Amino acid sequence: MIKRPFFGLARPSLKHPVVVNREQDSVEEIPLPQKVTLFLSPHIKIDDIILRAGDKVITGQRLKLTGDGKDYLISTATGTITGISEYTGYLGQTCQAVSIEAAGDDQWDDEFNERGKTTSPENALEFFNYLPGNPDFQSLLSFQPPVNTIIINGIDKDLLIATNQLVFKTETESLIEGIEHLKKITRASSLFITVPSDLTAEAEKTGVPVHAVNPVYPNILPEIITKNILGRAVPPGKRCEEMGVGFINAEAVVSLTRAFAEGKIPVDKIVTVINKDYIPVNIRARIGTPVKDILKALNIETEHGDQIVLGGPMTGTAIYSEDMPVSPDTDAIMVLDKKRIVLGSGSHCINCGECVRACPARVPVNMLVRLLENGLYEEAAEQYDLLSCIECGLCSYVCVARIPVFHYIMLGKYEFSRIQSAEESNA
Amino acid sequence: MHNQKLLVSSHAPYWHNGSSISGKSYSFMLAALPAVIMGIYQYGLPALGVLALSISCAMIWELLMDLAMRRPVSIGDGNAAVIGLLFAMLLPATAPWWLVVAGTFVAIIIGKQIYGGIGCNPFNPSLVAIAIIMLSWKSFMDFNEALVNYDLGFYMVYPLSAVKHMGTSVLSNFSMTGLLLGQQAGGIGTTFGLGLIIGGLYLILRGHIRWEISLSFLLGVFVTAYFFNIADPDKYAPPLFHILTGYSLIAAFFLLTEDSSSPVNFVPMLIYGAVAGFLTVLIRNIGAFVDGAVFAILLVNVSNPLLDKIRPKAMGKGTEHA
Ligand code: SF4
Ligand code: SF4
Repeated sequence: MIKRPFFGLARPSLKHPVVVNREQDSVEEIPLPQKVTLFLSPHIKIDDIILRAGDKVITGQRLKLTGDGKDYLISTATGTITGISEYTGYLGQTCQAVSIEAAGDDQWDDEFNERGKTTSPENALEFFNYLPGNPDFQSLLSFQPPVNTIIINGIDKDLLIATNQLVFKTETESLIEGIEHLKKITRASSLFITVPSDLTAEAEKTGVPVHAVNPVYPNILPEIITKNILGRAVPPGKRCEEMGVGFINAEAVVSLTRAFAEGKIPVDKIVTVINKDYIPVNIRARIGTPVKDILKALNIETEHGDQIVLGGPMTGTAIYSEDMPVSPDTDAIMVLDKKRIVLGSGSHCINCGECVRACPARVPVNMLVRLLENGLYEEAAEQYDLLSCIECGLCSYVCVARIPVFHYIMLGKYEFSRIQSAEESNA
Repeated sequence: MHNQKLLVSSHAPYWHNGSSISGKSYSFMLAALPAVIMGIYQYGLPALGVLALSISCAMIWELLMDLAMRRPVSIGDGNAAVIGLLFAMLLPATAPWWLVVAGTFVAIIIGKQIYGGIGCNPFNPSLVAIAIIMLSWKSFMDFNEALVNYDLGFYMVYPLSAVKHMGTSVLSNFSMTGLLLGQQAGGIGTTFGLGLIIGGLYLILRGHIRWEISLSFLLGVFVTAYFFNIADPDKYAPPLFHILTGYSLIAAFFLLTEDSSSPVNFVPMLIYGAVAGFLTVLIRNIGAFVDGAVFAILLVNVSNPLLDKIRPKAMGKGTEHA
């Protein structure tokens, strides 16, 4: 935990790590797991799934999930499907997960090599949904008007993680090639790179305009970058993509290079594992590997009452079981000792205003939280800028009353969107 | 079940900057210490008695109210103790025990708990109590009567009433340095200007109170008093005198800055402080009360929700049609 300085007039200053020494640059390989679990997006309903337990699959295989063939999954192991189970995801949505029991060595599927190797938008949508680094080609390719500015993230979205910086430092060649693929796939007219200023030299080698960012949270959030580059803020409730700006992680760009060079869809993810002492270790693990296996390989012990977070300290998601797997967007696994867990309180807002001063989006959080506590989601959105929130979590981080403000906000956004879609379907 | 390893789940963020309500309360107590110690030094045991009784009563009322309303017990956050402490600092050292008991009752129950507890009070609780006592038991709050048996070696007439009733000719009895160092009659913790300023600066630097409010209040007092003073120098005291006497300094740093009843946005904070300063001097110079700070602050407390509507546009707002 980064404490508030004794004299605390200024905003919190939370710095991203900057990759410096060789040791931090090394990546430890995690052995192949016995079993992989792959999460499906919450919109896929269990009754529609055509995969069955007992189906044989091989690594890199594109598995059709539904009858119409639009939704798919990339198998990350060679073996047998053991089951499809239901999980409770973020904010209580149910989502499905497919488990595959691995049987021996990888056999690679050939479909991508045979018909996916031309760089076209269709192929990107058809094969790259589960690429490590989680590129969102759906958003990059399907918005109208189309996304014409793409920003390559050289800084990870959360603190303590430096995967993308690592890519810039150690895989510059591969990055340059990946950028060419990206240009062909998206036909975006302009590309930018965002890196901390220490890495501008590496980034400039790619020939793409570089935007050096002061690596202090939350400067790297998409909305803030969009505003700085376009000079125009994203209206509340809109996405950056609707303004024509899309984002992709450097890790996803080099995954493209690997896919085209090897004719195989990459299935390994770089994950920063942050132990209880906050010292990060980089590992490479098969997507779908249970967290348990990774902790075991690194000799990290957890006890009753500890906390495990997928993602970083500001925006991650706590998991309730060590069986949860690494997903294409799992940038970090953070283990928190039970003594360091931050527990929200049931106190009222004391109106100190710390959150208002910390909020990068100028949301009147002190008023907002009062409405959200009482479930007044529509008023919150209309009068108190609920939808302007860019989801940084700083309000909770600074709250003197330790109210789980960010939780209230995310729940509020979710409930508000449900109210809206209910109204639309009634209209 | 007992041997099973369970993980703790919660929502992001998983870090916190470590601030807390209790930490804030303790800082307030620490910041009040210089002025409080001076009060005890000047008025001796009676002052200590009033302080101790007030703090403990405030905590007891809070506890009783928590129990009666089946709320979680909240005396641990130190807020009740701070309310009790500030209330005692405003009282003369001779305040009788029943006055303290009744005052803390008003502060905690009517000033804070009936609105829903910490953060929900529209007024500063300590000031609600002082105001009710000023109206109900006037003579106990008249510092000239209350402190009649004390002779501390300086001019013992309450400075604000001296000027109000005798004009600026009495000013020769006061020196500005003397006022700053606590050589004036007044509440237990309100007279030692230097101590209050040090405590206030400490709170500002720690980020517990906002400089915008304190500074604009002091400026408001200064400017208003300045114009009165030019208009009639025989009748109205000069600005510095107003800042160093009565409840001005404790108001600037400890009372006006109370979180729940003060605004959080930049411009509203400035207006809030300045208006409070203006009203304070207005009431002092042409109102019925000797010190206007109490009612001035309660008045601006009312305007706080309205003032706080003046706020910057949220990011991206108003750009839809740009
Ligand atoms: S999470 Fe909180 S601080 Fe961050 S943008 Fe939203 S309201 Fe503002
Ligand atoms: S930081 Fe917490 S207590 Fe302070 S105003 Fe914001 S929500 Fe209220």
